[in-house]
Amino acid sequence: MKDVRDALFVAQRSDGTLVRRPLSPHLQVYRFQLSMFLSIANRIAGVAASFGTLLLVWWLVAAATGPVSFATVQSVVGSPIGILAMFGWTLALVYHFVAGLRHLAWDAGYGFDKTSFNKVGPIAVAVTLILTVLVFAIGVSLWNSAPVIAVVPVVAPAGN
Amino acid sequence: MVEFSLPRNSKVGKGRTFKAPAGAKNVKAFKIYRWSPDKNENPVTDTYELDLDQIGPMVLDALIHIKNEVDQTLTFRRSCREGICGSCAMNIDGVNTLACLKPIEEVKKAVNIYPLPHMPVVKDLVPDLTAAYAQLRSIKPWLQADTNPPPDAERRQSREERAELDGMWECILCFCCTTSCPSYWWNGDKYLGPATLLAAYRWIADSRDEHTGERLDALEDPLKLYACRTIMNCTQACPKGLNPAKAIGKIKQLQLERKG
Repeated sequence: MKDVRDALFVAQRSDGTLVRRPLSPHLQVYRFQLSMFLSIANRIAGVAASFGTLLLVWWLVAAATGPVSFATVQSVVGSPIGILAMFGWTLALVYHFVAGLRHLAWDAGYGFDKTSFNKVGPIAVAVTLILTVLVFAIGVSLWNSAPVIAVVPVVAPAGN
Repeated sequence: MVEFSLPRNSKVGKGRTFKAPAGAKNVKAFKIYRWSPDKNENPVTDTYELDLDQIGPMVLDALIHIKNEVDQTLTFRRSCREGICGSCAMNIDGVNTLACLKPIEEVKKAVNIYPLPHMPVVKDLVPDLTAAYAQLRSIKPWLQADTNPPPDAERRQSREERAELDGMWECILCFCCTTSCPSYWWNGDKYLGPATLLAAYRWIADSRDEHTGERLDALEDPLKLYACRTIMNCTQACPKGLNPAKAIGKIKQLQLERKG
C-alpha cells in the first residue's frame, strides 16, 4: 500500500526542476531512553514467549504420544542449548507479564507522569530479573527432583 | 511503513568544518544537518566550531550566531526565542526540543542538531509539517456547539471545568512530541500523533463543547488513536512539560467507558 506522505517528498529546485526531499534521520539520531527500550522489549518478549509456547506444545504432544518421544524432548530441553532457550523463554514470559501490569496501570489512568514512569521503568527491570531467576530456579529444582522416567517398550494389548 | 534505515537519498554524509576563530578559548563544536534542494547531493553534517564566550546561552543563540557570522546559508525556523511560538523545534543531542529553551551547557560533548525526525526535509533544519497540520485540522480544534451562548454573556465554566484544560491549552504545536514517536514514524499516514491527540482531548474535555460524542467517534480507529503503544517518547520530549501520553490515555479510557 502506498503511503500518502510520499507526495510531500516531491519538491522543486530554484530552477523549477523536481527534486526528491530526503527523510530526516530518526532511529539513527534519537537518543536511547529506557522508556522506549522497555516498550519495544515488551513486543519482542511477546513474540519470544509465543515461540517458547510452541516448545511447551511439543512437550505436551510428546508426553501424550509415548515415553520414547517424551524422552527425546526431555533430552533436547535438558541439553545446554535447551536450558538456555528455557531461560530465555522464562525471561520473555516474566518480562511480558511485568510490562503487561504496567500497561494495566496506564489503561486505568495511572503512572503517566514523567517522573513516575522513569522511576517505575528500572523497577520493572529489577523485578523481571529477580522473578526470572526465581522461576527458573524453582523449575530446575523440580526438574532435578522429578522421578526418572523409564523408557518402557510399548506393547500392544493382547487380543486385538 | 516500518523501515529502520534511511532511504538511499537520505543517508547523511560528512560535510565541511568551520574552524573556531583564532584565539578562542571556550570552543564547542556544533554538528548540524545540512541539505539543500539546489545541490545535487545527499544531506551532510557540517561542523561549526564556536567560541562560547561570544554567544548567548541557548542553542538558538548559537544557530543565529552561525547564520550572522559564519555561514549565511544555514536555514532554520525561529521567531519568539522564548518558547512560545514553537518554530525552532528540532532534534538536539538526540531529543526533540526547542532550540531557544535548550541551554548549550546541558550538552556534554559536540552539539548534534538535526531536523525533527522522520519528516520530509525542506532545507537544512526545516521539516515539512504539512501532514501534521492537516491531521490537526482533521480533529476540528475549535469549539463546536449547537446551542447558542447566552445573549448577554460568554459561555460560562466553573473553576473546576476550566482547570480540566490545564496542561493542554499550553501546547504550542511545535510537534516535538509527534515527531519523537516511533508509532508516528512508521504509521504517521494514519496515526494522528501525540500533538493532535492532545489537541483532540483538549476539546473533548472542554465543558462548553457539545460534540464530544462525534469527536470520540472520529477517533475510534485502530490506527488514528490506538497506534499509540505508550512508548512515552512524547512526554519525555515535550519542551513545555506537557503530557500527551496521558491525554491519549484519557481518550482511550473514555472510549472504553462509553461502551459500558
